[in-house]
Amino acid sequence: MGTDAFPTGVLGRFEGPNTVGSGTRFWAALAVTVVALLAYPSVVGPFAAGQLTRYLVSAFLALSLAFVWGYAGILSFGQNAFYGLSGYAFAVVVGNLASPLGTTVGVGVAILFGALSALVLGYFMFYGGVRDVYVTITTLVVTIVLNTYGKTASQVFVGSVNLGGDTGVGIGEITLGAGPATYTLVQPATYYVIVAVLLATYLGLRALVNSDFGRVMVAIREDEDRAEMLGYDVKFRKLVVFTIGGGIAGLGGVTYMAWGYSITPEVVFSAAAAAYPVVWVSVGGRKTLSGPIVAAVAIEWLRTTASVQFPEFAKIGVGVLMIASILLLPDGVVPGLRGASRYFDRHGLADGSRLAIDRARRAVGRRVGGPIAVDESSEVVQE
Amino acid sequence: MSESTGQDVNVRTTAAQRATGTNTDTLLQTDGLVKQFGGFTATDAVDFSVEAGEIRCLIGPNGAGKSTLMKLVTGQHAATAGSIYFNGFDVTDDAPNERIDRGLSMKFQVPSVFEDLTVRENLRLPNQRLADGDERRRRVDEALAAADLADVEDTRAGDLSHGRQQQLEIGMAASLDPDLLLLDEPVAGLSVDERAAIADRIRTLNEERDVAFVVIEHDTEFVAEIADRVTVLHQGDIFREGPIEEIEDDPEVQRIYLGTDGDAEGDAR
Repeated sequence: MGTDAFPTGVLGRFEGPNTVGSGTRFWAALAVTVVALLAYPSVVGPFAAGQLTRYLVSAFLALSLAFVWGYAGILSFGQNAFYGLSGYAFAVVVGNLASPLGTTVGVGVAILFGALSALVLGYFMFYGGVRDVYVTITTLVVTIVLNTYGKTASQVFVGSVNLGGDTGVGIGEITLGAGPATYTLVQPATYYVIVAVLLATYLGLRALVNSDFGRVMVAIREDEDRAEMLGYDVKFRKLVVFTIGGGIAGLGGVTYMAWGYSITPEVVFSAAAAAYPVVWVSVGGRKTLSGPIVAAVAIEWLRTTASVQFPEFAKIGVGVLMIASILLLPDGVVPGLRGASRYFDRHGLADGSRLAIDRARRAVGRRVGGPIAVDESSEVVQE
Repeated sequence: MSESTGQDVNVRTTAAQRATGTNTDTLLQTDGLVKQFGGFTATDAVDFSVEAGEIRCLIGPNGAGKSTLMKLVTGQHAATAGSIYFNGFDVTDDAPNERIDRGLSMKFQVPSVFEDLTVRENLRLPNQRLADGDERRRRVDEALAAADLADVEDTRAGDLSHGRQQQLEIGMAASLDPDLLLLDEPVAGLSVDERAAIADRIRTLNEERDVAFVVIEHDTEFVAEIADRVTVLHQGDIFREGPIEEIEDDPEVQRIYLGTDGDAEGDAR
């Protein structure tokens, strides 16, 4: 049974080899999650729903990075740059046009601005021959430069909007529509809209990575030269992927403004902020789309909670989590869970547990025994 | 892809048309091809040509410029000087993927398959450029059968043996329906049976689909088995060219291969 035999119906578009989670069990779990998310505000109240909105906004950033890094191999620290630029662009348009129509237009302009920024940066990188780790460095530098510039731009006006330097820029309420048909977006409606947009983005990307286009993305991730020698225009493809990734990060930037109404350079452009998406995506599983979403929400929730209780340890905790995940589950938690579920399917629960414990015991024994042996005998050193 | 010849006649392709166009049997022609890496000249004004439908083997000691020549032809290296005409076009300045569209294809020295994709997915990648739907499925099935990989179509390509990865990569390269297929050491490290299978595959593609080949190979037995003609490269230029029997008996060729003239350290593989 090859992948050509995948269901060709509506659901078939979302399934393929480039995805974790398929079949009835997965879709049932997704449905339950969506229902739970929709019920959440009525159960816990608007404040907690507002908190969760913040974490769901992070998921857009996670998705954008999983898409460019996990599927096309472009490790970018710049998703935050596009996210922040879109947030700023939205504030600038809303501030200048100050009307429901202006705000509605602002949504589109802001997302396009994120995509366009990625297009310009991507063009110079990919067509300039920048590859691999140099892409990572370049994108990080761009983000940090934006941070530095943003902090000093306290009297820089775009139209009538002051970029505000350290304190950033804010907007009033978000009223969408045109003429008499307008709607003011407030909680919990904001929450519902963001859940819906996130779900749509997830499904859209899922369809995309399982299409012919997605297969080429994975080919580029696996071996750029081989992909090129099959006739694919690798630079152009990477540029398209990077631009889409910038657009999704931009969408995240708009949802961020819809949640918080203000934006500062530190929150979006700082090195720490730029590193968080890499942590979410690594921990969740970069070759999946669901993993990064879950990890972004979970880690942001943990970090926020921890920073109230133990503010000095919150960031360190995130770093430790990343290191632990890379050491123990190099492909991320979600693929790790999938691996574990396959393992127990194969060996059964009892046998599987015994085998796993044996193996863990041996692994730990080796690790603990190793350094001691080094002190005692020179043979081990030779190894 | 082969229908591209004979169109597009303009000033830029005139030399290319003369060298490799429809009026000639020459498929590939390099004209004074030079590649320098810093101060080192890897290929020195090479005039190398391949006829349509032939199987050519490229041999020579390590460092003779075989892989460099191949990479110049595919566009992975940019030429320092000289021209490359292929299928009626001057492809000297074309990007690798544009040359592929002219009817060129290549298998890398180290098996380069997409390890995280299944065998079938690997074969879908070249075929999805050429066909859709049922036709694509038919082509992929055919490619699976031809490479003898139908039993492992859902296996992750990275989990295949070295020999089967070689077969898979040749299958991917052949799926593009090339006029010329470049193979860089297709049987290095393979068993006798696996070699025989690859030789068989090359002959089949050559006879049934009229694919011309340039094969870099050290193994003279294998070369004798498949090659129409052999080109010996030495110190970045063509040293000898002819049928394998002639080349094998040539004392000068033996001398450079045995490394008696100093710079060639013999055959590493």
